[in-house]
Amino acid sequence: MKRWMSQGWKALAAGWLVSLACLATTAQAQNLTIEITRGSDQATPIAIVPFEFSGQGGLPQDVAQIVSDDLEHSGQFSPLSRSALVSLPSSSEDVFYDDWKRVDARYLVVGKIEPQGNQYRIQYELMDILGGKRMLGETLTSSDGNLRASAHYISDQIFEAITGIRGAFSTRIAYVAASGTGDNARYALYVADADGHNGQQVLSSDDPILSPAWSPDGQKIAYVSFESGNSAIYVQNASTGERLRLTSFRGINGAPAWSPDGRKLAMSLSKDGQPEIYVMNLATRQLTRLTTNPAIETEPDWSPDGQSLIFTSDRSGAPQLYRMSATGGQAERVTFTGNYNSDGRFSPDGKTLFMVTRDGSGYHVAKQELDTGRVTVLTDSRWDESPSVAPNGTMVIFATQQGAQGVLGAVSSDGRASFRLPSAQGDVREPAWSPFLN
Amino acid sequence: MQIKTYAKTLAVALSLAVVAGCSSSGGTQEGDMNGTSGGMSGQGMTSGQGTSGSQMGANDQRPSVDTIYFAFDSEEIRPEFESVLRGHAQYLMANPNVNVTLQGYADERGTREYNLGLGERRAQAVEQYLSVQGVSPSQIQIVSYGEERPAVQGHTEEAYAKNRRVVFAY
Repeated sequence: MKRWMSQGWKALAAGWLVSLACLATTAQAQNLTIEITRGSDQATPIAIVPFEFSGQGGLPQDVAQIVSDDLEHSGQFSPLSRSALVSLPSSSEDVFYDDWKRVDARYLVVGKIEPQGNQYRIQYELMDILGGKRMLGETLTSSDGNLRASAHYISDQIFEAITGIRGAFSTRIAYVAASGTGDNARYALYVADADGHNGQQVLSSDDPILSPAWSPDGQKIAYVSFESGNSAIYVQNASTGERLRLTSFRGINGAPAWSPDGRKLAMSLSKDGQPEIYVMNLATRQLTRLTTNPAIETEPDWSPDGQSLIFTSDRSGAPQLYRMSATGGQAERVTFTGNYNSDGRFSPDGKTLFMVTRDGSGYHVAKQELDTGRVTVLTDSRWDESPSVAPNGTMVIFATQQGAQGVLGAVSSDGRASFRLPSAQGDVREPAWSPFLN
Repeated sequence: MQIKTYAKTLAVALSLAVVAGCSSSGGTQEGDMNGTSGGMSGQGMTSGQGTSGSQMGANDQRPSVDTIYFAFDSEEIRPEFESVLRGHAQYLMANPNVNVTLQGYADERGTREYNLGLGERRAQAVEQYLSVQGVSPSQIQIVSYGEERPAVQGHTEEAYAKNRRVVFAY
């Protein structure tokens, strides 16, 4: 699949004018900080002991704290506060299981970090306190600049060892930051770690940017930009900034969505009158029109098997979600609860749709089980939009409002835990969760 | 004297803006337009503006009202704005070498991509009205911004009402 991707990219790059984005020469950096708005009452208590450091001075990052934050922000764990730790072991040999049972820790993480030349040697272990056994232990090397990445890697291993679900802490998010109004409006596309840290600006513009979407190999981001005076779809290499304008038809060029094999891009184009769903073969740039309806048809998303597409249509008089074969044909209405359902996104297993739904109290993120049709509203904020599902399906990130500020929100896919990721300044919106990157 | 000079300068500036509008390929921004219309766009909702537009008589002057507004979830032209549209139609027919970009907008409620569709519908309703009046389709371009570039910030009905709009950008 990866080979196909790079061939497709080369074919595209050869045929199109390639330009460099206003890239990070000025290196605009931004951090989003996760705030917990609702913790899960079913979160598993886990004790994470600060890792012992045997070097001079301090470390640039508190690795154990990053692991603790990651696990807490999954909604599935509730780390004990450091003041509640009964002792500070750095190795499983020094652990007395009964001590940790008394403070109701279900699991325990210990570790130590030693300098090794310019690098660090990190050793960590995970223990099942109730089961009275060591579950996991590993040694890795890291450097100053990689300590956060190493911490996210450790979080991934712990999360998977306990839940059986692959961790998504080493993934990234793309989002749009907006500041100023009128003539002073500025828009920027950022790529950050999944925890909101290390945000790097990869594009900036005086004109609106929206709908970023990651390619399945995590190498490229498709998005909509108005820089040419109208909406146009661009594809940009996430690390080099190299990009091309893929579509700039008359009318709307919107809602890009990559097929799971990375060879096609679904989109909404109004070049023939009103927004319709099209699929573009990226190697040949051939367009196939899938819908023919005098309504607005937009926001396509591919089923994980690549066989079908979900999209928003207001052919019934109000926006609802419809499903059709990726090769065209009859569309089948999927949502029937409420009079506004849009921006549907499949869960990675294809069994659940996440979407924006409107009720008397506003626009919320909801999910619908595809086999039963059962709908659960996941958020209680009023202005939610743009849901994007983590590649392991455990969380949904979305855009919402906090006072007058646009912020990102996240909710666990069971709805139990929810979070906010505000920016220190300006609005943030249009989040897109990357696929697994390693 | 001074006033006369200023008026002349303004007329030249306006005609230059029109020429610039013709030669560009539709990249006109809302902000540019607000600048060239001398700050009058802020009063777009007062009915007196429409009257003053029709008083110009000679169709070589562009109507001063450049924005019309829409009801929630509707692309229907409201009766109070028909005189504004007729003014623009007359101006465009009298000046067949002048092009206009109809910028369609929605309020912030709902998803951004769907709102692009709603903004386009409003601009298309205006286009339809103008072409029924006799304006050549070749003079009209449409750009939908949806809920991007709101005229007014805020989560109030008043703000929403001012953001559901179509702007004539020459």
